[in-house]
Amino acid sequence: MPTDLLFKTLPLAQQTTVRIYIDEQMHEVPGTLSVAAALLAAGHLACRTTPVGDNERAPFCMMGVCFDCLLEIDGVPNRQGCMTLVRDGMQVRRMQGARSIA
Amino acid sequence: MQKTFDIAVVGGGLVGMAIAFGLAKRGKRVVVCDGEDNALRAARGNFGLVWVQGKGANCVNYARWSLHSADAWQGFADELLARSGVSIGFCRPGGFNIAQSREELASKAEAMQRLHLAEPRLKFEVLESKELAQRLPAVGPHAAGAIYSPNDGHVSPLYTLRALFAAYERVGGEYAPNANVTEINPTSGSFRLRVANGHTLEAGRVVLAAGLGNRTLAPQVGLRAPVKPLRGQILVTERVRPFLAHPTIYVRQTVEGSVLVGDSAEDVGFNDGVTPDVLADIARRAIAPFPLLEHVRVVRAWGALRVMTPDGLPIYEESASHPGAYLATCHSGVTLAAAHCDTVAPWILGGDRPALLDTFYANRFAV
Ligand SMILES: Cc1cc2nc3c(=O)[nH]c(=O)nc-3n(C[C@H](O)[C@H](O)[C@H](O)COP(=O)(O)OP(=O)(O)OC[C@H]3O[C@@H](n4cnc5c(N)ncnc54)[C@H](O)[C@@H]3O)c2cc1C
Ligand code: FES
Repeated sequence: MPTDLLFKTLPLAQQTTVRIYIDEQMHEVPGTLSVAAALLAAGHLACRTTPVGDNERAPFCMMGVCFDCLLEIDGVPNRQGCMTLVRDGMQVRRMQGARSIA
Repeated sequence: MQKTFDIAVVGGGLVGMAIAFGLAKRGKRVVVCDGEDNALRAARGNFGLVWVQGKGANCVNYARWSLHSADAWQGFADELLARSGVSIGFCRPGGFNIAQSREELASKAEAMQRLHLAEPRLKFEVLESKELAQRLPAVGPHAAGAIYSPNDGHVSPLYTLRALFAAYERVGGEYAPNANVTEINPTSGSFRLRVANGHTLEAGRVVLAAGLGNRTLAPQVGLRAPVKPLRGQILVTERVRPFLAHPTIYVRQTVEGSVLVGDSAEDVGFNDGVTPDVLADIARRAIAPFPLLEHVRVVRAWGALRVMTPDGLPIYEESASHPGAYLATCHSGVTLAAAHCDTVAPWILGGDRPALLDTFYANRFAV
């Protein structure tokens, strides 16, 4: 996919790194990123599938509007990845469809 | 330049658009004059129930009218899909009205029994808490029971409005946005409408479907519309896996998975804002029967104004002093949309006044 190549972190942001876990896989990412940006930097484009059509969705607006970046973060489902900063030890899971409450 | 139409519909909410589509698909030249972007629009802030259960406790005719429309809804939804390509998510699996206490259940059951005696086509079942838990597993242990009625359903009200606009334009209807009607002048055999943007229109008939705006427009053509705003606040949650297969009167899950929670009623004039106390109360009343909603996140809330007559019943009337001027207003414009399209529109086109509309004249408010 072309977006693979388009996402680049600026040198400015390459400061301290933190370790986050995306679907149990450890990634070392710049500590200044949002979770959505960290996902993109790690090469994960789709962060969720839609509740009705089961289509893949990637972070789109990166500013809290589209809700396409929903992720399970530290056990809490449906959090907006673009509105959440990474934190050392964070557990991120991509979401399959809607969260279950039953 | 002045334009001429067979019929001008004032108001592009659910009532106006359902009637306008019903008129235009029957071959008339129709224009809908609608308000500005910031107009009050119940059609864009409602709960989306196609609901019959419990309606018309003091007026069986209203119960019959609601049932008549609910029965026509599937055909209406199918026609909208065929004509607009918009799927509006209508389904009618029957609805639950949950009671918190045994007394509440008993009084709801008694009201339903009275309605059923008057009109046997109004069907219902009384479910004690154990049976309710089987039929609606999402309900927690604290609900005393519920009334179930197969007459009830729900739909996406926003997709319905969008489908109505698309279908209406497909059949040749004209839509005039930002066209607040300020004056209606009956001329010989027709009506001249002055519109806020300075234009005038001429139409053989005029239908007042302007929601709260009807109050000031109606007297200009010899009609009365004593409607007042009644605010409702609604909460929407994040999308969750389907857990609720039936609508209830104040909690329902949309096909996309969001949960809508609502059903407050406040007399606060034309203020359509939200308040934390009412929203908290709405949330509490939803979590009581559905404890599994406790940790579900709310993503949005809004207030919207209902269009209420003093007795809550609709008004459908043709002006006696200015024949050809009609008024249509109601507080359940989603439920009644199918009837507005296929029962009210033919009457406005010159058919007999449907017997079901018998009681809905404004003179019932005369003192
Ligand atoms: C919170 C809430 C929950 C509801 N839940 C349900 C439900 O579950 N089921 C149900 O059946 N119903 C429900 N309703 C009611 C339903 O939404 C309304 O009955 C319906 O939308 C009324 O439509 P309307 O077209 O009469 O009015 P509106 O939708 O208010 O539309 C009036 C239109 O007229 C226009 N207008 C006003 N004045 C003028 C003028 N002078 N010139 C030109 N245009 C004008 C406005 O711009 C507006 O577009 C609910 C309403 C609310 C507020
Ligand atoms: S990317 Fe749009 S809300 Fe997060």
